[in-house]
Amino acid sequence: MSQLRVYQTEAIVIKRVKLGEADRILTLYTPEKGKIKAVAKGTRRPISKLGGHVELLTHSQLLIARGRNLDIITQAQTINCFMPIKNDLNRLSQGLYCAELVDVFAAERIESAETFHLLRDTLERLANSKTGAIALRYFELQLLNYLGYRPQLQSCTLCNRAIQSDINYFSSCQGGIICSQCIHEEIASRRLSLNALKVLRLWQNCDYATAIKININEELAKELEDVLRDYLKYLLEKQIKSTAFLDMLKVKLVGIDN
Amino acid sequence: MEFTNTAEPIARLIEEFNKLPGIGPKSAQRLTYYLLQSPPERVEMLAEAIKGIKQSLRLCSVCLNITDSETCIICRDNNRDRSRICVVEEPADILPLERTRKYRGLYHVLHGVISPGDGVGPDDIKLNELMRRIQNGGVTEVILATNPNLEGDATAMYIQRLIASSQIQITRLARGLPFGGDLEYADDVTLSRALEGRQSF
Ligand SMILES: [Zn+2]
Ligand SMILES: [Zn+2]
Repeated sequence: MSQLRVYQTEAIVIKRVKLGEADRILTLYTPEKGKIKAVAKGTRRPISKLGGHVELLTHSQLLIARGRNLDIITQAQTINCFMPIKNDLNRLSQGLYCAELVDVFAAERIESAETFHLLRDTLERLANSKTGAIALRYFELQLLNYLGYRPQLQSCTLCNRAIQSDINYFSSCQGGIICSQCIHEEIASRRLSLNALKVLRLWQNCDYATAIKININEELAKELEDVLRDYLKYLLEKQIKSTAFLDMLKVKLVGIDN
Repeated sequence: MEFTNTAEPIARLIEEFNKLPGIGPKSAQRLTYYLLQSPPERVEMLAEAIKGIKQSLRLCSVCLNITDSETCIICRDNNRDRSRICVVEEPADILPLERTRKYRGLYHVLHGVISPGDGVGPDDIKLNELMRRIQNGGVTEVILATNPNLEGDATAMYIQRLIASSQIQITRLARGLPFGGDLEYADDVTLSRALEGRQSF
């Protein structure tokens, strides 16, 4: 069977590395093909037809030619450049974090339209939200759903009994909750507050409009962030690179803009 | 590429040339055979020149540009305006700016750019050195001339935050349509910034 030499696809640019003098290899996330790689020629020169249409965190319509080794982008037109993300350091660091998560979790050429839509919608949400904290947590939980790492939050991962007590633990290696009867020192786990458990359960199953209706104080926000980050790190078996910058912005430059 | 029928030193030089930017296998062969036929003194001079760039060069103690002495030729020039610092990513970025003959201030070379997805943060580039220069006083304007792409913008925004509370004027090179470019191909970010930065004509 012969394949078409060119194909069209929507894509969000989630990573790019330099190639030779003026080219780049892009990692793209597409609705129909999942994660793919393609070369964008000449994009590091000021006069480039592709230019900003294939910049990181840009949603574009692409025409791609199949190559012997790597496919080559021949045309690009921006659908959404998420301008507020590009113009604000906090949002930019959050957008890059989402892109990195998709890149490190998604295998190449495994289709997941939900993941594409989640990434697109999350970038849109980050562009429009002030702090982005809920958008990020919601993104992490949904991404875990789509990729098959949905944490078990309804019943104890060891005894399978429904969660009853107010005191529970989250274990990354168990992939969910451990009840107070099953907990023992040999399992790496962290105490999870009842509020955090309730919020995580809700976010796992609700739409985004419902998710943002909840009021979350700073302490709870921090707990949710820590639990999910630990779990993601455990699954990846490594640090997520862009979190360092995300944290740095919070600590060093807090309060300078909103 | 394999050079199984070529003497080892020739094959090695062809391979080395081939690694250089803009030099393909054909050009690499031509250069190698040209040198093979050149007088020994010429080859010696070239070899010395190549070695020289690594042996005698270091970073300017002020702006971190590449130099062969304590400070670079720009920082040594007493006619330059010492109250302005133009921040660039790489030493190679200074040359095109100098060619314009429009700028008479000093530079600061970051030797990199903030790239969170690659794990390159503010501490991995020469940002502390810039902050020290600014804290030493006498600076009235910092011109951010990092590349007009995501990492260049991130770096510029980060520096802007670091020095926003001071009295120093912070400017960014105007972003707009490239000369010789075509409006039709301009992306949304470039176009909207070009519109924002439009000037009376
Ligand atoms: Zn249990
Ligand atoms: Zn200097």
